[in-house]
Amino acid sequence: MEILVCIKRAPDTSENEIEVNRDGTDIERDDLVYSVNEWDNYAVEEAIQIRDKMGGSVTVVTVGDENDEEVIRREMAMGANHGILLSDETFKGSDGRGISAILKAEVEKKNYDLILTGAQADDGAGQVGGMLAAMLDWPYASLVNFIEVVDDKKLKVGREIAGGNQEMHEIDLPCVLSIQTGINEPRYVGIRGIRKVASLEIPVHTAGDLGIAPESVGESGARTKRLDYFVPDLGEGAEILEGSTEEIIDKLLELLKAKGGIK
Amino acid sequence: MAQQVFAYIIHKNGVADDTALEMIAAARKLDPDASVAAVIAGAGAELDAVCSELVSSFSEVWKIDNEALAYVNAEVLRSLLVRILPTDGIVLVPHEHFGMDLAPGLSIKLDAAYLPDAVDFEGVEDGKLKAVREEYSGQVSTHVHCDISQGAVITVRPGSFKADESKSAAGKIVDKTAEAMEGGLPGGARRFLEIVEAEVGDVDITKSDVLVSVGRGIEDEDNLEMIFDLAKAMGADVSCSRPIVDAKWLEKSRQVGTSGQTVKPKVYMALGISGAFQHVGGIKGAPFIIAINKNPKAPIFQAADVGIVDDILDFIPELTDRINEMKG
Repeated sequence: MEILVCIKRAPDTSENEIEVNRDGTDIERDDLVYSVNEWDNYAVEEAIQIRDKMGGSVTVVTVGDENDEEVIRREMAMGANHGILLSDETFKGSDGRGISAILKAEVEKKNYDLILTGAQADDGAGQVGGMLAAMLDWPYASLVNFIEVVDDKKLKVGREIAGGNQEMHEIDLPCVLSIQTGINEPRYVGIRGIRKVASLEIPVHTAGDLGIAPESVGESGARTKRLDYFVPDLGEGAEILEGSTEEIIDKLLELLKAKGGIK
Repeated sequence: MAQQVFAYIIHKNGVADDTALEMIAAARKLDPDASVAAVIAGAGAELDAVCSELVSSFSEVWKIDNEALAYVNAEVLRSLLVRILPTDGIVLVPHEHFGMDLAPGLSIKLDAAYLPDAVDFEGVEDGKLKAVREEYSGQVSTHVHCDISQGAVITVRPGSFKADESKSAAGKIVDKTAEAMEGGLPGGARRFLEIVEAEVGDVDITKSDVLVSVGRGIEDEDNLEMIFDLAKAMGADVSCSRPIVDAKWLEKSRQVGTSGQTVKPKVYMALGISGAFQHVGGIKGAPFIIAINKNPKAPIFQAADVGIVDDILDFIPELTDRINEMKG
């Protein structure tokens, strides 16, 4: 099975506090630790497991620039066979539709059976998988937390819905699935694995290579544009308990007793 | 704004979802003069029950009634909607598991702009909607411009607009079934099989009065012991946020959130939980919420009544000791 996984480099929110920069044009990026978007990492692990059972290959792809090569390499160290960087000045400022259009052009260069994306990334949009599927006219399932290969024509997939329930579907190949966290346990990638792929050449495909009209993507093609970042004024929020740990615990115990929190 | 606004209605067992009336409020914020049409798909008596409930709130209720839609498959519905919706309309869809399945592809098929997970609208100027979104699990917000002049599909975060309960419309039901089915039932490449119900765990957190809930801040599986010790001292049950279940440290039945359990305790202690909206969305019944997190900017402090800025790994053992001392 030929599997393509669309990945994104994103600030690791478990390692960073995200703050808005002084003029609100961006977040503070100087000290950020970046990694592969968490959801995408589960998608790559799932692709590797399917390949190991069924044969074929796993390709990871991202839209970005030379900074994004590190996440391609990381996922190759994890076990992906190939990596591709889609990069062009004209891609900058693309909205979800633009990114999907760029990915579509890459998908059409080869005969993939299955495309996986993360269910969402740092911007919480969760849009690329569904858009890409619609552009390709392929069936789609979002928030997938279970995949079983039935045969070379179809999969059985589970979607995560409300209340911890799961919606089961049969879906024909080729298809696009967006992967929810928790579907598997992504393997650890050690320094040694990263070193092995450090000098690999990552092919770069440009707008010209992909036959993409520049005005259809990037800033000019975007119908949705981010104007600024800000910290909303959400009112008072919680009353923050201050003082020494002992004093804080005193206050907390009083509150817990009053509210029935200690039986 | 002369464009018609549509709200897709999610329903279950003959009752409209809470988001239905929130969509009206969202539409009014978008355009105070909007006549909002509800769009709904389903089958038979259950569908009719929802429609008759909706006509007091929407000027029109567009229904698609077909046996095959008794359980709505987003892949099928998308093709049906493309047959009945105008391409320049504004379509509002709740940003939850069904909406996320339906909406991105719908925007492509309607050749409309797509705006995901909007939490507020701040006006339309020259065909551009100014909206508010959140990024990084709610740590920062953004303003976005969305060019809605040629139509738009917008997913709206549940709970972000206050439900419009005015029931001020005397609407009519418009049966769009024939138009939607022209050319037959589409799709077929994704076939719904069944719902697998969540497994029942050893503790039913939906019935707990006091919950001690743990998140990513616990850092290591071995540290969970201190959470169970605290819960034992308090007489509470242990619940958790998504990352703890993803890591397989606790069973899914203990997960609080829109994709896990909805809980209604009297007291809820959020320990090392950042407070993404999907988590907070699972806490109902206005409990007294105490949040402990080392990040003073964690969104959980907005949902909490009382907050403590500290590392739970340091704070919890001390708290447990004090409770045990107190109880002798």
